[in-house]
Amino acid sequence: MPRILGVDLPNDKPTHISLRYIYGIGPTTSLQVCAKAKVDPQRRAKDLNEDEISRIAAILDREYTVEGPLRRQVQQNIARLRDIGCYRGLRHRRGLPVRGQRTRTNARTRKGPRKTVAGKKGVKELRG
Amino acid sequence: MSRSLKKGPYVDERLLAKVERQQRTGHRAPIRTWSRDCTVVPDFIGHTFEIHNGKIFMKLFVTEDMVGHKLGEFAPTRIFRGHSGARSKAAAAGPGPGGGK
Repeated sequence: MPRILGVDLPNDKPTHISLRYIYGIGPTTSLQVCAKAKVDPQRRAKDLNEDEISRIAAILDREYTVEGPLRRQVQQNIARLRDIGCYRGLRHRRGLPVRGQRTRTNARTRKGPRKTVAGKKGVKELRG
Repeated sequence: MSRSLKKGPYVDERLLAKVERQQRTGHRAPIRTWSRDCTVVPDFIGHTFEIHNGKIFMKLFVTEDMVGHKLGEFAPTRIFRGHSGARSKAAAAGPGPGGGK
């Protein structure tokens, strides 16, 4: 199994699918990278030779922000919103949806598991 | 949907005029405004605004990081004081900076 950028271990899938296991590489960038590295996107990742892997690694290194640096960049953007005290920053601080979604129902991704409040209407039906 | 680039950012002209006047005189008093939809432009940096939130004016000192946001983003219009029962927890997470009256 080839290793690209340290920890990522793409598997027996076609190269353009395997590359998507790297944080920051989606369907489009994956195909772009294959084209730039002159690698057939349909070839299995395990069949890549050293030279092809190093070409891919070089392109990712040079032209894209992926993995650690990308995660850091995202965190910095959020930290900036928090620091300036704007609405989006407040929503991040509270762990609520940031982009104006409803919170009366749903929003469970941001809010986490349901915290049931005793005595609230409908609680008994939920349990029964 | 973002605003057309052709138009440029929306800035309340009377507010911008006030800022420019302050820059010329060097006099820095908080500027009261209701223009929550006005974009923060680099000229605003270092000025203090009092932004209406529907009830009171919230003080805001504009820093470089705030450029590109709207003034209203810095003056929340709702204050969540928690649900009954879960009093202590929500109060801790309570109103943001400058919240309350």
